[in-house]
Amino acid sequence: MDELTKIAYNCKKATYLIEKQDIGEITLREKLELKIHLAGCRVCRVFQQQSATINRMIRNMLHRPVDENIKLDDKFKNELQHLIDEQLDK
Amino acid sequence: MQSQNSTNIGLDNSAAPRLWVTRHADYLYKYALTRINDQELARDLVQETFLAGLERLQKFEGKSTERTWLTAILKNKIIDVYRKKASAFVNEPGMTSAEQETDDFFEPDAHNWKPNHRPAEFGIEQTDLLESKEFELILQKCLRKLPSLWLSVFTMKHLDDEPTDIICNDLRISPSNFWVIIHRAKLSLRECLQKNWI
Repeated sequence: MDELTKIAYNCKKATYLIEKQDIGEITLREKLELKIHLAGCRVCRVFQQQSATINRMIRNMLHRPVDENIKLDDKFKNELQHLIDEQLDK
Repeated sequence: MQSQNSTNIGLDNSAAPRLWVTRHADYLYKYALTRINDQELARDLVQETFLAGLERLQKFEGKSTERTWLTAILKNKIIDVYRKKASAFVNEPGMTSAEQETDDFFEPDAHNWKPNHRPAEFGIEQTDLLESKEFELILQKCLRKLPSLWLSVFTMKHLDDEPTDIICNDLRISPSNFWVIIHRAKLSLRECLQKNWI
């Protein structure tokens, strides 16, 4: 098998390149390899779409404004306050 | 306590450490928790951040807001945590473990998908489902299942948009390890979503 035939069947490499392309850079040759692979592989095309959506969802989720429900409990806050006061009054 | 009044109403840029807990504790806790997913550790980091802030109080010049300044201290502490996980990972015998594990997903010779690991469409191909509470819970559950180093890398990349070379540098991992980790994390996460959503 020549290199390009190999990549046509190599889903492991293709998915690796999809990730690399999505958040970094791939070389021209890698781009070509990926294109050839995706042209013939429906499963990896699905993977590519899902992977991009997952990245988007995670970004959105992580960048959301502070959730009001997540708070430190008052007991711990009091302890922190004491600790700070103690250090300042030393 | 000459500055007490002015700091209380926030008119100048000096630090007001006695108000840190009231003003910033919840914010910092949430910041830590979204990045390390461990309540106990997140609390400790908030405490350490305040203590480190007190020690460096002289160095606070009011160039940034107090919150930005404290957050920067916390961020460095979080990176320290990540780095410890990274060094444990890299020093494991056969650091290629992540690479080998991708073979769970692919046939050993041809490297095409194993039949029972093949991605199938399940409704997230074009649009995200974050508006769905149920889906979001599954996503969070799946994120928690990722080994901690993968989650660290993923979070740095997607939450803080750090360039790859900075992440590698911070965590002291090689670029090739970085990509192996990213690849593996995505494969696991995607599969977890598909299994739990369908």
